[in-house]
Amino acid sequence: MTVGLEHFLILSAVLFCIGLVGVFTKKNAVIILMCIEIMLNAVNIALVAFSRWVTPEFLTGQIFAIFVMAVAAAEVSIGIAIIITIYRNRDTINVDKFDLFKW
Amino acid sequence: MFDLIFWILAIVIVLAALAVILLRDVFRAALVLILMFVAVAGIYILLSADFLAIVQILVYVGAISVLIVVGIMLTRDVTRGNPSGKLRIPAIVIGIFLLILLIGTIVNTSWPMANGIPKQPTAQYLGERLFGTGGYLLQVELVAILLLTAILGAIVLLRNKKK
Repeated sequence: MTVGLEHFLILSAVLFCIGLVGVFTKKNAVIILMCIEIMLNAVNIALVAFSRWVTPEFLTGQIFAIFVMAVAAAEVSIGIAIIITIYRNRDTINVDKFDLFKW
Repeated sequence: MFDLIFWILAIVIVLAALAVILLRDVFRAALVLILMFVAVAGIYILLSADFLAIVQILVYVGAISVLIVVGIMLTRDVTRGNPSGKLRIPAIVIGIFLLILLIGTIVNTSWPMANGIPKQPTAQYLGERLFGTGGYLLQVELVAILLLTAILGAIVLLRNKKK
């Protein structure tokens, strides 16, 4: 069986679910950011695979992937800044302790 | 050859992503994450997206991994151990359920395949699509504003207020 679109999409789905389980289960905020990066990479793989097999002459999926990368860069910089600020104020990055908004 | 490279890269990516979740040491998890970024760049090359592969190396391997490592270093004394929370079992069940759902959908859908030859090198065509007429110029400007906002937000958040 030759490798086609489905194989790349299944790889993307597996990667996305691994990232999702990581986001749900981990307590360390930096690990949660890393798992979000895994999920964004999974989406990018799916977009580029669609661009390769469904619209090979328009490259729309690759343009979407470029925008996803730009948003991911902005997101991780803000995320690290927020984590460092919380660490300065509360001396922890355990997300179970970030319950300031909890009533 | 295409198939062999795909399987090697897919196994490396999935094992690295699992290692990010399962490793005890946070710093090692970051290093394995960098390995996963490099393997994803290989997947892009396999999909004849050469410009995206270079951007992946520059942005993810070059910049985002450095940010994450700096974040780990600055919060080092509490990052020993990589514990899981209380919701571990339900999260794994939800993840496996979503995975079965996604794979079933992917396998049972007949995708509209086009049999055009992918353009390569892609940099010229991507530039024409982004900046040409009927392209994505407004979105490029919006991304520029978003990045500027992110820079300003990071500076404001991390400024030392005691001076």
